[in-house]
Amino acid sequence: MAKITLDNIRHSYSADPRDEQDFALKKIDAVWDDGGAYALLGPSGCGKTTLLNIISGLLTPSEGSVLFDDIDVTNTPTGERHIAQVFQFPVVYDTMTVYDNLAFPLRNRGVPEDRIRARVHEIAEMLDLAGMLRRRAAKLTADGKQKISLGRGLVRADVNVIMFDEPLTVIDPHLKWLLRSKLKELHRQVGTTMIYVTHDQTEALTFADRVVVMVDGTVVQVGTPVELFEKPKHTFVGHFIGSPGMNVLPCELSGGRASFAGAVLRTASDATNPGPGVLEIGVRPEYVRFDNDGFPVQVLKVDDLGRYRIVELRREGHSIKMIAGEDERIPSENPRISFDPAHTRIYADGWVVN
Amino acid sequence: MGIELRNVTQQVGAETHIYETDLSLEKGGFNVLLGTTQSGKTTLMRLMAGLERPTSGEVWYDGENVTGVPVQKRSVAMVYQAFVNYPNFSVFENIASPLRVARRPRAEIRERVQKISALLKIDSMLDRYPDELSGGQQQRTALARALVKSAELVLLDEPLANLDYKLREEMRDELPKLFEDTGATVVYATSEPLEALMLGGFTATLHEGRIIQYGPTAEIYRNPTSLLSARVFSDPPINTAAVSKRGGRFILTDRVSWPVPDACAYLDDGSYTMGIRPHHLTLDGAVDDAVKIDGTVLVAEISGSESVIRVDVHGNNWVSESHGVHPFEVGDSADLFMKVERCLYFSSGGELLAR
Repeated sequence: MAKITLDNIRHSYSADPRDEQDFALKKIDAVWDDGGAYALLGPSGCGKTTLLNIISGLLTPSEGSVLFDDIDVTNTPTGERHIAQVFQFPVVYDTMTVYDNLAFPLRNRGVPEDRIRARVHEIAEMLDLAGMLRRRAAKLTADGKQKISLGRGLVRADVNVIMFDEPLTVIDPHLKWLLRSKLKELHRQVGTTMIYVTHDQTEALTFADRVVVMVDGTVVQVGTPVELFEKPKHTFVGHFIGSPGMNVLPCELSGGRASFAGAVLRTASDATNPGPGVLEIGVRPEYVRFDNDGFPVQVLKVDDLGRYRIVELRREGHSIKMIAGEDERIPSENPRISFDPAHTRIYADGWVVN
Repeated sequence: MGIELRNVTQQVGAETHIYETDLSLEKGGFNVLLGTTQSGKTTLMRLMAGLERPTSGEVWYDGENVTGVPVQKRSVAMVYQAFVNYPNFSVFENIASPLRVARRPRAEIRERVQKISALLKIDSMLDRYPDELSGGQQQRTALARALVKSAELVLLDEPLANLDYKLREEMRDELPKLFEDTGATVVYATSEPLEALMLGGFTATLHEGRIIQYGPTAEIYRNPTSLLSARVFSDPPINTAAVSKRGGRFILTDRVSWPVPDACAYLDDGSYTMGIRPHHLTLDGAVDDAVKIDGTVLVAEISGSESVIRVDVHGNNWVSESHGVHPFEVGDSADLFMKVERCLYFSSGGELLAR
């Protein structure tokens, strides 16, 4: 188990990087607690796999260093970092039994058979594989095989961190929740630092205590699932997390008051001194509501999603989405809306104004 | 009338892929075929397209019997889950290819490719090659090629399945708009209930080669005629349990019961199956006549703006869905509130009795 420190990491795949655009990772500075459950979340190309490879040692960063428990491992080969990895596709020895698969990493390290037996049984119990230890791995379903991959990581006592790279991709959608449940339970039981890389918000927010959101080689927010939903630090986080994502609207400022398309707004940000940059208003569809004292809009479209409805509104050429309850009345004449001030924020060049 | 299947069956060897099916889709409508893999969605589309000939029955289009008319002689476009583009053609040539085959004049080709690519927001990439595009752009190129022909019947077989969810969200929003003015009849296959709801239009629920129910999408969702239809059209899955009707109450357990609604007053006392959708079993519904149920959390799945909580409720594996982010640890207890007025009641055969 280990605390992981990423000290001013930058990485470029080009031998001679000229500007910021040549860096796949722009500047990562972070300390991840020992025993934490972290997720790296972002769209493809955001740099999360590059970062994972730097932590595991498959890549050496162009700049900066990686520390495990304050020991510099930047140039330590993967094999000596004591890392377990679970990939998209299960890595199992099909011809071996489940038992031999789980025992493999320990036998490799010359652990005595009686200790191996005890450990394999303990891990198999945790993963609900105890009843199938004598079976050939080839006979297992995808989720069973993925549990073996995971078990091979857990079976070693010296593992610093377990890393997951989209581990549920091959799992039948109807069974994913079972493995999600298992992973959370395991993390609580074993307490190993875990890092989970995914582009899927449900995977990240379900697994992690803290989610690291990345885009364009930059970390835009590290937060709990609640923080990412309620206080997005960057418009990208507001957009990427939540369906539909946060409304991002143009913002004007005059006399210390923010307004959108002529409507003066109360916000949770300090509008007197937002700093330089392009100003925008961010408000999630959940925090938009019909309000007779609000400002006028047109209703463009109502999508009935069964459990709620997404109402698409328009004001002076700008589209605004709001969530309306299953039984909520949608005014047919002169609709007016307001934004919940506690959840309406000003963003300058994408970054939240406090 | 648009496309019609009359008494169509499809038999492959000893296997029945489609049982006797009647389906008539209005011209210009947006239709969703909703079902799991192997439910018959792709086969139905191939029958509509003329890629397969039915074992029995007839396919009619626009008042004409087109059974056995090959796909080349029909005005049909089809898009698959795996985006198929010509790798050595530019985006422009990929989109233009059906028009070239149809020997349209050069100026017309240029104009139509421009227009459709602008609509799909790939007009700045016409000179690029497919391998220089993101997955979403590649799928838009495939879509543009299908649309540029202005086919009367457009068949989309899980076209968004390979895209990441944010892009899927945008495309689900855009697609129905895209077809609105073309007059094309669209058939869209998906295995995801939420996708069907987002697309709107009409939906047919499918199960093992049979159409279970067909009608306006939101109506099919709210008023399933059978437990099967409700199951096909529910994600997370609809919660079900055995209840007994006795003394004017529906009884779930010793501690959980509620008054029989008027619509069910006619039912004999006895045992029935109840169904309640996850969003009617919530953490925050402590209102009016909601019935409180205590469960043990198996996992809380958080999708960004919603929390799907898998719970054990008196031995039933149930799912609760609430808006907002509500983290729980495995094994926590949770108080859930069931909106009993939303319960559906089914016979032992799975037919809807009342709601």
